Amino acid sequence: MATWVFAEATGDGPGEPALEVLSKAASHGEAVAVYLGEASGEALAILGAYGASAVYNLTGGGDLPAAAAAAGLAELVEREAPGAVLFAQTYTSRDVAGRLAARIDRPVISNAVDVAIDDGCTVTSEIFGGTQLVRTAFTGPGPHLVLVRPKSFSAEERGGAVSRIEEYSLPDAGHAGSPQVVETTVEQAEGPQLGSAKVIISGGRGLGSAEAYSLIEGVAEPLRAATGATRAIVDAGWVPYAKQVGQTGKTVKPEVYIACGVSGAMQHLVGMKDSKRIVAVNKDPEAPIFSVADLGIVGDVHQVLPKLAEALRSRS
Amino acid sequence: MQVLVCVKQIPDPASPTSLDPSTSRLVRPPEQVLDDTDRYGIEVGLQLAEETDGAVTLLSMGPTGTMQGIRQALAMGAGKAVLIDDPALEDSDALTTAKVLAAAARREGFDVLVTGVESTDGYSGVVPQMTAELLGVPALTFARRVEVDGPDLRIERQTVSGFDVVRSPLPAVLSVTAGAVEPRYPTFRGIMAARNKPVDTLTAADLSVSGGPGQSVVSVAPAPEREAGEVVEDGGSGHLRIVEFLESARVI
Repeated sequence: MATWVFAEATGDGPGEPALEVLSKAASHGEAVAVYLGEASGEALAILGAYGASAVYNLTGGGDLPAAAAAAGLAELVEREAPGAVLFAQTYTSRDVAGRLAARIDRPVISNAVDVAIDDGCTVTSEIFGGTQLVRTAFTGPGPHLVLVRPKSFSAEERGGAVSRIEEYSLPDAGHAGSPQVVETTVEQAEGPQLGSAKVIISGGRGLGSAEAYSLIEGVAEPLRAATGATRAIVDAGWVPYAKQVGQTGKTVKPEVYIACGVSGAMQHLVGMKDSKRIVAVNKDPEAPIFSVADLGIVGDVHQVLPKLAEALRSRS
Repeated sequence: MQVLVCVKQIPDPASPTSLDPSTSRLVRPPEQVLDDTDRYGIEVGLQLAEETDGAVTLLSMGPTGTMQGIRQALAMGAGKAVLIDDPALEDSDALTTAKVLAAAARREGFDVLVTGVESTDGYSGVVPQMTAELLGVPALTFARRVEVDGPDLRIERQTVSGFDVVRSPLPAVLSVTAGAVEPRYPTFRGIMAARNKPVDTLTAADLSVSGGPGQSVVSVAPAPEREAGEVVEDGGSGHLRIVEFLESARVI
């Protein structure tokens, strides 16, 4: 039985999180992509290369297409009866998966970090800040719906091509599909991105003030690092939500993650503990962040970071 | 504007949490607190109601316990609370929770149903969307700013790269991100008043919802732990240690 993978158009093609999930699905057997948005030849080639043997292309659906996409997907899964539908846990996919689950009356398991598909479907997720792994099996009939945390799998090209494309024009979702997008703003378009940068430097409450976030940026620049933040300082309004790393924000796995003035709350650790290497700078020697750090500096970020920025600048 | 705000009582995140080994359910002490992320939804709900001469009713599903968390939410200014507490719902997954909330919302009537993005204890993060689907209304999710725009709502919806300004007719479900607003602190007067605010308690049968779990926990095991490395005092040269480390990692 084929495994379906939902992918929404992000820019010109499928986003990296969807390709990660598609790679995983293809490694288990036949994978079919459900692509929301206009599918260019290039987008189809990418889906094929990452393992999709067929593509259902959902088009239309209005400005916020989740309601229409869920209605369309419900019809398609009824007709084709896939064993599982996997979603990367992005904003739009969460909306579509949640609505689809309610529409077809099937449970959805979120926050998956691993999925085993055989006769059934068993999902591994993390609880208590990633300290415990829970494996959950679906007990009812399929399709089994799973939301997978980004960076759980690596996106790997398999060199295939899509052999069958079915275009599916989404139904009108009525009132549920009536919201309109009146304006789009890009906040973090330039510079290294959290999803792809080799080095990430993040700040937390220990910075002391919104202004002190410039210390993070001062180190990021010569390092060509992406800049991140804890929920605490996003909540405090010091930096935009787009920078948030953690359970409610982004999951990152850079080569090196530098946590500055970050205590290491579970909420944050979930999003960064799988980084290849971790450096922490914190005044408090008891901070939990030191228990996951490869190198911990017990010191004041206001002292350490300007000197670090200077040292890095003098090298470049 | 009739505003409903979904809130949840959770075990105090500051205390150690555990799973019941026989059921793999989260152990919920009678003394539960208001999920901190719900304070943003309550604040948004209060502002919408204040601006439109409306009222705020809290919806909450789960063991009532000492009701400490619900009282915290009422003390912020909500007028009343509707609690759905039923042992039959103990095993509820996100979808059953959404069915309960949708049924309760239908019973109360609403223009806006406000939620957080996800709870701190379970964080399935799909209950708002499911509830919207069951109610046949728009889901204005991941809102970081909300304002009334005539008969509509206008929100800033978080996106991967920034935000979209979205306008939507009502009724609608609205999920707000932490940090969307500055939640008010309960006043002494609010805390006193909360003691006497009406609290209705309903069962699953009152709402004609029955939920069977469609999933079961196979195993719970500790995750592989990351080994702690070297921790050194700054002593004025910490930055040089970091540079050395970055060199050895070949990122500079």
